[in-house]
Amino acid sequence: MEANKPKLIVDGKRLDGRDFDELRPIKIEAGVLKNADGSAYLEWGKNKVFAAVYGPREALPKHTADPERAVIKCRYAMAPFSSLEEHGRSGPNRRAIEISKVTKEVFENVIMGENFPGTEISIFIEVVQSDGGTRAAGITAAAVALATSGIPMRDLPFAVSAGKIGDHVVIDLNKIEDNYSDADVPIAISPRTGEILLLQMDGSLTREEFKEAVAKVKKAGQVISKIQREALKAPYEKISNKYK
Amino acid sequence: MQNINSIKSAYIKEMLNNGVRSERGLFDYRSISVSRNIIPNAEGSAEVNLGSTKVLAGVKIDIDEPMPDKPNEGNLVMSAELLPLASADYDTGPPSPEAIELARVVDRGIRAANVIDTESLFISEGKVWSVFIDIYIMNYDGNLFDASTLAAMAALTSTRMPKYEDEKVIREGKLEKLKINNIVTSCTYAKIGNRIILDPNGDEESVMDSRLTIANDETYIRAMQKGLSGSFKESEINELVDMTFEKSKDLRSIINKLSD
Repeated sequence: MEANKPKLIVDGKRLDGRDFDELRPIKIEAGVLKNADGSAYLEWGKNKVFAAVYGPREALPKHTADPERAVIKCRYAMAPFSSLEEHGRSGPNRRAIEISKVTKEVFENVIMGENFPGTEISIFIEVVQSDGGTRAAGITAAAVALATSGIPMRDLPFAVSAGKIGDHVVIDLNKIEDNYSDADVPIAISPRTGEILLLQMDGSLTREEFKEAVAKVKKAGQVISKIQREALKAPYEKISNKYK
Repeated sequence: MQNINSIKSAYIKEMLNNGVRSERGLFDYRSISVSRNIIPNAEGSAEVNLGSTKVLAGVKIDIDEPMPDKPNEGNLVMSAELLPLASADYDTGPPSPEAIELARVVDRGIRAANVIDTESLFISEGKVWSVFIDIYIMNYDGNLFDASTLAAMAALTSTRMPKYEDEKVIREGKLEKLKINNIVTSCTYAKIGNRIILDPNGDEESVMDSRLTIANDETYIRAMQKGLSGSFKESEINELVDMTFEKSKDLRSIINKLSD
């Protein structure tokens, strides 16, 4: 693989023309799936992700219920036609099961589950087209879906990954960068407190580079948070504009 | 199918008894919109909105082995997923009997109508193309059969055929389109009491006694499937077959009108 490694940075720009600190374009639309209690559709570069929330509803099977709080369940899965490579297998694989788990843990932190003892809140994330950074895209979309559902949360988390290409710490790796980068660090943050809710990493980073990665994630988060809030406001603004 | 409250179900039945239906005629479709090439990573793709039923179809084409009984033909592999985000009644886990029935009925129509010439998918001995069609149900509001057949057809008509050069699959660049030989569509009817309606929505499906799907092209019936424990009279089925040939003209023209 090293032998075929493409040059990821040319003249100080990344392959898709972005600067080191530049996010891909992000678009979020809230409330796209009628049956769900909350939903969102997100395009993040070439990633396309649907997120839906059902609940609080009766926890099933019953023995999973917690008398103190809502049980949070999460499924992240990639469609078999979502990648440029060959047909994938449907349903979550081992990678997807791990992502489902760490995503669930992000939302266990922010959802005020103590308000809904004995229930479950299910979060479904379906990646229909993937181009790197899908777990971050899924978390960012699911946060909007949850907010749309009206389930009380302590904060509206966002996620994005930082990475290292050569000597440069960059933000928001796309697929080809992810394949050949020197490090990949997906991070989810609660913007109100700055607390880190998800942190994974593989590759190699110095301590300084890690600090730089977190700083860049926080900075990019300001942009992502704003897009999330705009998406939540958009349906209401549409109505209020009608009566102006 | 979803559980609706008894007031709503009594209301639907009572209205139908009087020959009326909420917001449309007994044999009207809800609004249909189709958009294609929504998943550029896939070889072909389409999204169909039928009322609030939302279906995605994606096509991938890979190198594969032929089936032992058809060594000179490529494969067509259809599957359907009733995603848990589409309805509170859908669970995670392996495909339900409903999902398998849906995939198999859509598959039968497309296969029987020779939409794809599987012999043209032959590459060399022991090596063929497999065309994978995945039906993704994103929001359930009834009549998944017709929405899925439309989505599969729309996705197939947008499909680019990969090339096989020097033992490598080439999926990008200038590619020819997958050759489509025929257009098949389906019409699904629900019987509720003694009334029959076209294109049942989710509430109507929750109270229906039986269901009939008829897939056809311009000339032939290509697939049929009766579902649930209720029954149809022979005369009813004959009328529905005639109606399907009428109604399918509009559905076919939706596929025909999709620009290339």
